[in-house]
Amino acid sequence: MFNDLLLILWIIIKIIVIVVPLLLGVAYLTFFERKVIGLMQSRIGPNRVGPWGLLQPIADVLKLLTKEIIIPSASNRYLFVIAPMLTITPALAAWAVIPFSQGMALANINAGVLYLFALGSLSVYGVLVAGWASNSKYAFLGAMRAAAQTISYEIAMGFSFVGILLAAGSMNLQDIVLKQQGGFWHWYWLPLLPLFVTYWISGVAETNRLPFDVAEGESEIVAGFHVEYSGITFALFFLAEYINMIMVSTIAALLFLGGWLSPFEGIPLLGPLFAWVPGIIWLFLKIGGFLFLYIWLRATFPRYRYDQIMRLGWKVLIPVTLVWVVVVSLGVEFKIAPWFI
Amino acid sequence: MNLAQIFTDLVFFSFAAILVGSALMTIISRNPVRSALFLVLAFFAATGLWILLEVEFLGLILILVYVGAVMTLFLFVVMTLNIDVEEQRSSFVRYLPFAIVIVAMLVILMVYVISPGHLNPSELTTTGGQPVNYSNTTELGMVLYTDYAYPFELAGILLLVAIIAAISLTFHGKGNNKTQNPDQQILIRREDRIRMVKMQGDKK
Repeated sequence: MFNDLLLILWIIIKIIVIVVPLLLGVAYLTFFERKVIGLMQSRIGPNRVGPWGLLQPIADVLKLLTKEIIIPSASNRYLFVIAPMLTITPALAAWAVIPFSQGMALANINAGVLYLFALGSLSVYGVLVAGWASNSKYAFLGAMRAAAQTISYEIAMGFSFVGILLAAGSMNLQDIVLKQQGGFWHWYWLPLLPLFVTYWISGVAETNRLPFDVAEGESEIVAGFHVEYSGITFALFFLAEYINMIMVSTIAALLFLGGWLSPFEGIPLLGPLFAWVPGIIWLFLKIGGFLFLYIWLRATFPRYRYDQIMRLGWKVLIPVTLVWVVVVSLGVEFKIAPWFI
Repeated sequence: MNLAQIFTDLVFFSFAAILVGSALMTIISRNPVRSALFLVLAFFAATGLWILLEVEFLGLILILVYVGAVMTLFLFVVMTLNIDVEEQRSSFVRYLPFAIVIVAMLVILMVYVISPGHLNPSELTTTGGQPVNYSNTTELGMVLYTDYAYPFELAGILLLVAIIAAISLTFHGKGNNKTQNPDQQILIRREDRIRMVKMQGDKK
């Protein structure tokens, strides 16, 4: 009895250790985003609150928390309030299976990839419900766009996961990372390069980030599905979007870039030199690289036109993944070294 | 009874209650969108029960396929349609005989399947009975691709036929739609679209 309670307490501590840094990471990701985009556009970015503007995200959070929540009178009240929760819950729950280093996971489950994919497919519900419950034309248009886009890119994303499953022969995230052992050229990004690119594009589309942010589309439909939301309810949508960004980056790092494995593994001089660096540092560096890519994409590309999004998803990405899944299965069948042993 | 057992029971009964409640709400809810959302909740509860039985593959696939894809499209359609619930209610009595026949058939099927001859309670494994390295996915794959290979392929062909039927119903040939040609679109130059005009008023 006492041991069981202790176990539950230990799990709760682990959850806090994951969630609190995650929320802080989101806060400083917004700061990083504004700074990087500012520099890319020859501006300075936020620099007023605290030293070098470092307290800006804290100020933003405080402001959002103190704002009034306005519920439109013609909205569906119950669903209107529940929609932000529907968005944030799967975004947070997905972190349960992420291994941060060897053995460092809240739950090391066998169907890890499937669990992540299932929770990822749920993120569209918050958007759909929010758009419908707001009873607003713009919100509804945003929700419809989000639903169509998510469905389309989920298929391509699913097939890139199938490629990983074939290559690793496992759905357990730790096994997948350990299968990539042996240095930079053993990671799955090389043999699965088309799937890697497809996964990344679908990941950007799934999180509704630029250049695929037709669900928000400020210049066309104001702010899309969350146009009626204010204060903390809006903040929850915002939070979920950024958590999902970090999530997509983490999955990309785990599945294609060897997770916590060192890139210098197996190189004569550099390998031992960097052997002391804990794996979690490498993982964070890789995640950071992907997050920078997100921001870089946002600063570089204009928004896709809707029919072009559909064309890219259905006519380019899905055929590419279908062909490459066959290639990977051939590679696995004939045990092509060094990846498929 | 230890804490783990109490916890398992608690999880089972709460998911079971949610499942039955949301299934009921799916049929009695007046708003079709709410009905669809309650159906989503029912799928969720079913997933919870399946995971409790250590069949995580089926549970997660249920979420992935039905909640993530099918119900999203379903909601998409239901939200855009302007369904008049009152009108549907008026035809309730008219369809009642068919409904009764279908329900009766379903009940007979259920009774047949759950009868002691087919489903022996003593043969069922209880939760937590599997070894630590047990993988439901592997077990399922083994059965699906050996014992049930032909039914599995038949089901695949059935779906393929359905896809082809759906496409042929909606696709009316190439010339009749307003498809964009991306090859031509990227060949556009500024000179094709914009004509620079010198205005006299520009010089001051």
